[in-house]
Amino acid sequence: MKWLVAAAIALLLALPLWLNSYAVTVFIFIFFYAFLGQAWNIVGGYAGQLSAGHAAFVGIGAYASALLSAQAGLTPWIGMLVGGVLAAVLGTVVGYLGFRFGLRGFYFVLLTVAFAEVCRIVALNTDAVGGALGFYITFTGNPRQFQFQDNRAYYYVALGLMLAATGIVAAIERRRFGAYLIAIREDEQACEALGVNTFRYKMLAMVVSSFLTGVGGTFYAFYLFSLQPNSVFGIPLSVEIVIRPIVGGAGTVLGPILGSFILSPLAEASRIYFGQGSWSGAHLIAYGLLLIAVVLFLPQGAYPALRRLWVKAGPR
Amino acid sequence: MSPAGAPTSGAPPLLEVRGLGKRFGGLQAVRDLSFDMARGEVLGLIGPNGAGKTTVFHLLSGFLAPDGGDVRFDGRSLAGLKPHAICRLGLARTFQIVRPFPHLSVRENVRVGALARRPQMAEARRRAEAVIDQVGLGAKAGHPAAGLTLSERKRLELARALATEPTLLLLDEVMAGLNPTEIEAIVTLVRGIHASGISILLIEHNMRAVMSLSHRIVVLSFGEKIVEGPPAAVANHPRVIEAYLGEEYVHAPAR
Repeated sequence: MKWLVAAAIALLLALPLWLNSYAVTVFIFIFFYAFLGQAWNIVGGYAGQLSAGHAAFVGIGAYASALLSAQAGLTPWIGMLVGGVLAAVLGTVVGYLGFRFGLRGFYFVLLTVAFAEVCRIVALNTDAVGGALGFYITFTGNPRQFQFQDNRAYYYVALGLMLAATGIVAAIERRRFGAYLIAIREDEQACEALGVNTFRYKMLAMVVSSFLTGVGGTFYAFYLFSLQPNSVFGIPLSVEIVIRPIVGGAGTVLGPILGSFILSPLAEASRIYFGQGSWSGAHLIAYGLLLIAVVLFLPQGAYPALRRLWVKAGPR
Repeated sequence: MSPAGAPTSGAPPLLEVRGLGKRFGGLQAVRDLSFDMARGEVLGLIGPNGAGKTTVFHLLSGFLAPDGGDVRFDGRSLAGLKPHAICRLGLARTFQIVRPFPHLSVRENVRVGALARRPQMAEARRRAEAVIDQVGLGAKAGHPAAGLTLSERKRLELARALATEPTLLLLDEVMAGLNPTEIEAIVTLVRGIHASGISILLIEHNMRAVMSLSHRIVVLSFGEKIVEGPPAAVANHPRVIEAYLGEEYVHAPAR
């Protein structure tokens, strides 16, 4: 397994040598959404607390680092940590309200969606952050400002983010923290009876998850150079974040990555073929169909199904 | 057969229950309940269905907050403590309706309990293996809990609680639904757990089992303690017979 991982990483590191600029862009999206999915995976996949408002954390992180850079001259490399911390503060508030008052299932989903919507509406109506017009970042191409002339630089940054988040999730899974999160997903009351402070561990999961997602906001801002409240805080982005780990296998280390390798190219292809005019949004239909198929045939996601095939294929 | 290892007398009680009460709407589930448990004791808690036994367990383990009264464990009041905190003090419980983590293996299930006192995964795993062997689930350690038989699930429930290394174990009908052979095996198992130094509070409907395991028995009826004493005295007590069978049987001539 170790060798397989090393080989895969080496391949991804070398890949830009052969890819054209457009293919590099597709991979950037794959890595970035895998990163966001991996961040969501901690609270949504492992702890089983279905946040459907993770766009709020992307938005907070994106606006924080963009504004700090434009108005205070703070480099986004530090701004991304500030954005992460601010997102974690919001995550703490949402988590506290949800977990302290025992909101489960659909009710927790609604709470997280509501918070993301509040953020979106506040951003839309705050002129200081650009309001409905959005906030634009001037392109300088200066790496100190998280801006790169060469698309391949973004490729490596996104790859780094994905690998770092995956490393964090793998480390969590091997420790007591991870074992407790999985047990909480299975049966909270039984956990309490076994000495697990379920509130504390769910909060921790939410804080780590929202921090990482907020860090991702900086990448979003300085890759796209434009922040629109409806995009960066919107429900569609929250869906993009959630759907990859679910399709790939929520609560597994490789699920979000596999899910992103399946869905990100699909989203990109449908944008090309259906992107214009009356066909825009057709990729949502593809998502819907895929989600139905996953729920029906692979309820635990693609990765656990693949692993079963792998084990069945005989001894390694 | 009488229970072995008589509890230490004279020492302060391990568990003190004083004036415990719980009302659900119009139903007084537990009323002014008081009893003590000595360190090293096996105490049976019996009573007809609906007498409030499981409610007492929920109150002791922190899953329900009492309306009144106090519980002291090892000299410490448990008032206001959450279940996980009570477990960490050394008071562990099982659930009458077993609740294993269905997608996890037996080993992973028990490891969650072991992690309470052994935060390192490797050490927790070793502790889990030992407990799994103790309850006789060794052959099933790698199997998912969802595929176990009822008897195995009851053992798993016991193993998880045991893995938290309690000083007092509350067992809620660990023998219910099992056949006589399986019950015999669980009785032996519970005896072994007691012999290892763990005090046990036992809810059980199987009279033979409770009588042979318990040093003393507390009988509940409609939420109130009606009798408390050694098994032999409790079994023939008119109020106990009345509670189980109705008043007319108390004075009925034996045939």
